[in-house]
Amino acid sequence: MQWEVVIGLETHAQLATESKIFSGAATAFGAEPNIQACGVDIALPGVLPVLNRKAVECAIRFGLAVGGEVAPRSVFARKNYFYPDLPKGYQISQFEEPVVSGGQLVIRVGQGAEAVEKTVRLTRAHLEEDAGKSLHEDFHGKSGIDLNRAGTPLLEIVSEPDMRSSQEAVAYARALHALVRWIGICDGNMQEGSFRCDANVSVRRKGAEKLGTRREIKNLNSFRFLQQAIDYEVQWQIGVLEDGGKIEQATVLFNPDTGETRAMRSKEDAHDYRYFPDPDLLPLVIDAAWKDQVRAELPELPDAMRARFARDYGLSAYDAATLTAALELARFYESCVAAAGRELAKPCANWVMVDLAARLNRAELDISHSPITAQQLAGLVRRIADGTISNAMGKKVFDALCNGEGADADAVIEAQGLRQMNDSGALEALVDAAIAGNPRSVEEYRAGKEKAIQALVGQVMKASKGKANPQQVNELLRARLKP
Amino acid sequence: MINLSLSELGAALAAGQISSVELTQLFLDRCARENPRLNAFICLDQARALDAARAADAARAAGRAGPLTGIPLAHKDIFCARGWRTTCASRMLENFVSPYDAHVVGLLQDAGMVLVGKTNMDEFAMGSSNETSYFGPVKNPWDHTMVPGGSSGGSAAAIAARLVPAATGTDTGGSIRQPAALCGLSGLKPTYGVCSRYGMIAFASSLDQAGPMAKSAEDCALMLNAMAGFDARDSTSLDRPAENYTRLLGEPLAGLRIGLPREYFAAGLDAGVHAVVDAALDQFRKLGAVTVDISLPNSGLSVPAYYVIAPAEASSNLSRFDGVRYGHRAADYSDLADMYCRSRAEGFGAEVKRRILIGTYVLSHGYYDAYYLQAQKIRRLIARDFQAAFEHCDLIMGPTAPDVAFPLGAKSADPVQMYLNDIYTIAANLAGLPGMSIPCGFARGLPVGLQLVGAWFDEARMLGAAHQYQLNTDWHRAMPAGL
Amino acid sequence: MSLNLEQVFRAARLARLAISDAEAERTAAQLNNIFALIEQMQAVDTTGVEPMSHAVDLAQRLRPDAVTEADRRADFQAIAPETEAGLYLVPKVIE
Repeated sequence: MQWEVVIGLETHAQLATESKIFSGAATAFGAEPNIQACGVDIALPGVLPVLNRKAVECAIRFGLAVGGEVAPRSVFARKNYFYPDLPKGYQISQFEEPVVSGGQLVIRVGQGAEAVEKTVRLTRAHLEEDAGKSLHEDFHGKSGIDLNRAGTPLLEIVSEPDMRSSQEAVAYARALHALVRWIGICDGNMQEGSFRCDANVSVRRKGAEKLGTRREIKNLNSFRFLQQAIDYEVQWQIGVLEDGGKIEQATVLFNPDTGETRAMRSKEDAHDYRYFPDPDLLPLVIDAAWKDQVRAELPELPDAMRARFARDYGLSAYDAATLTAALELARFYESCVAAAGRELAKPCANWVMVDLAARLNRAELDISHSPITAQQLAGLVRRIADGTISNAMGKKVFDALCNGEGADADAVIEAQGLRQMNDSGALEALVDAAIAGNPRSVEEYRAGKEKAIQALVGQVMKASKGKANPQQVNELLRARLKP
Repeated sequence: MINLSLSELGAALAAGQISSVELTQLFLDRCARENPRLNAFICLDQARALDAARAADAARAAGRAGPLTGIPLAHKDIFCARGWRTTCASRMLENFVSPYDAHVVGLLQDAGMVLVGKTNMDEFAMGSSNETSYFGPVKNPWDHTMVPGGSSGGSAAAIAARLVPAATGTDTGGSIRQPAALCGLSGLKPTYGVCSRYGMIAFASSLDQAGPMAKSAEDCALMLNAMAGFDARDSTSLDRPAENYTRLLGEPLAGLRIGLPREYFAAGLDAGVHAVVDAALDQFRKLGAVTVDISLPNSGLSVPAYYVIAPAEASSNLSRFDGVRYGHRAADYSDLADMYCRSRAEGFGAEVKRRILIGTYVLSHGYYDAYYLQAQKIRRLIARDFQAAFEHCDLIMGPTAPDVAFPLGAKSADPVQMYLNDIYTIAANLAGLPGMSIPCGFARGLPVGLQLVGAWFDEARMLGAAHQYQLNTDWHRAMPAGL
Repeated sequence: MSLNLEQVFRAARLARLAISDAEAERTAAQLNNIFALIEQMQAVDTTGVEPMSHAVDLAQRLRPDAVTEADRRADFQAIAPETEAGLYLVPKVIE
């Protein structure tokens, strides 16, 4: 039996605001329990919500970035249910009239040159408040409630069920993660819960038109868990169906320790959230002027930038995609190219993607904490290009700059005497000495063994302590050995 | 002294004829003597009141006295006042000491008024007789076997018995106007949004408005000057320039067009009340006003629409009372769900539970459109009726309630009979219009209220008309026997 | 229409209100009287009428993104039924 997997994602992105969506309490992560829960957050009797402008602006930014429709008028609704981490007994969310409708996201599935593009449609994105946290450590058999997170602004981004594998789901989640960080609306910190996914998973026989019954896997806060949870869930659903069973619609949790999903025990109450427009909040109106202003402030989007990098800098699709994985990285690269000159775009790309990436990786730093500035790196690339130093010396200069051993490439080259030998008299002497000292190599080369010249180049490089330009040495040797 | 108006009290204080401490002690003594019989107060605090009075006297000595400085006041126990037990007349909040001040509470404190206590009310403002209070019913000072009306019945009884010169109330469907009518007082519900709802324990958020209750229209105008004003903490608070609500008190009535909705004088109106209201209208004509017949064709639907909208909002507003962060928690329970169910069942009285059930039902899946949405559409029709009516008149007048005060217990077994008490007052809440009730005579020895409904933001004109009437009549000076 | 007992129990469960059988029966009778009143709405044709959720026809006001609230945990938890280590305690939450 062939099965088709159908996946839609609901992603909660915590918006990068200082204060909560409906109150003036701080949103900082990691505070002591309940000290960032003000009267509105703990739902004292009589308190009222007032909407945070920045949260709305984030939603507009997102809507414009995905090409969705930013509603001129949207409505906040109450989603009613009882849970100890939900102080009001309802969550303020948007239901029938969300702030963003439609839009799409282009994802790349697969690695490197093999990657294929796919467009995932978005259903909507709406503003809502986060709940608090229930801590299940043992307080004499009770749970502890921390409401610091209650009221944190979230943008819930709902995709169409357009994904057909866990790989696609992860690619979508990654693209979305990159985008929300790119446009500055979410810090994307998954460990802290700033970006978490619910996956709606169903399977159906290949060719069937009707969607299968879906189960919703809640609260996946890493790409790995997303993949594992979907893979497990798909196999489980196929197993049930192949055994002649039926899938019941359910909300399930993923247990990272066992790698399994299981249906939640609570909330088994027939869901009836009794949504209705929140009488404490008036309709959210976003006029054209505000949208235009946000659009003007929006950075160039990753798709556009990727195309431009390929076009203007002659980069491969893979290189362009790698360099536009995050806005800070792309900006670093562009500064580097700007300082080095556009003709050096390709070597700049290599330095950023290979040497710098490896160094950052080792030090577990992100590009915003790069130990070398874009200008320093550009200076280095220029000195290699103009022959001042060799590529091999370049790596030494790179390390020195990263270690703070000089203000720029030129200073390091001078201080450490890494300049390539430009004195052709001295170099000719070294070439002559190599020819004299390696008659066998000379003979082999003359006999037509092209490779033998490398041994001679190596000798000269060694004698020059690496300062000779290998290209120049090669040319000199060939000239001398010309029959 | 106890029958003086607020401006007369203010003048006496300003002239040094009496100090705020003396005045406050006078009223406190009356409270101590009369309250055990009337049950108008849930809480009286002599020490705090005298502290506030001393502060008022000090402010006056320092030349910082306003028109209300030093005058005693009571708040309906729906207003949160920092450090005061704030119960909403519910067992749920029996021991709730508010950690903050309602906006209105802060404003009146800033105006120098002296808070002596918190008044009894229907539980969570749900009732028209003050019999649903967990702390027992309030007696009507005109006849202790009669109800004072509700839900602001404690405030009404306290003023009528001259235990305080003025008090706050709230009006969701008539809760200021109806008890004012039944106790022979003046009470005003402003246009929705004029007084901040911040710190007023919510019943039905889209209908609730705070307002003043006092002996005369002039007193209400002075109180409203202090209570009204923009509050950034309430999203529905209106940001408009401050208004002097006394500015039209001297305006003659000549040419004033008074609309008489034929629906308010139809079957269901007590003949005695009808005659008294007719006489009051004659008085207005004598003073130069003209009356025009108007129609509010959908007014008959205001009670049905109200008993969908108000319970729907209430069911959600009261979800925060779950025994987790404050309020009543049951002593015995087996698990979390049981704790919720028992705490709420024990904490809420019968009428509150009834309305929560109605509200839950009309919002639930499959019934939303037929009830909640239909009620909201009818609300629109009712608002349009008023809009059309105000093309033909400046003010609308009619009876406040279909009858005078009824005996305690007479209607408590029949919710529908109780609900019909608000048949003339509810429409103003649905439309958001200002309304007031002023005493206009007696039927069967009990006070009758004349209701005035103004166009949006036309409080000043409404107060002016009421004041002109009171300049020419004595009904507002009448006092229950034996005071 | 009329509400049956099961609907009363369902609403009570959604609203987290413990209700005895006797109470439910009494409540059903009262609610049916109230719904008889409410049903008057059904006679009105409201096609094309825009629902009115608010008493004012205005747009939501927005506040600047600024932290204005200080820690008041001690005050707030002084009135809480049960707390420990700064947390509100409830019977074990089972997910």
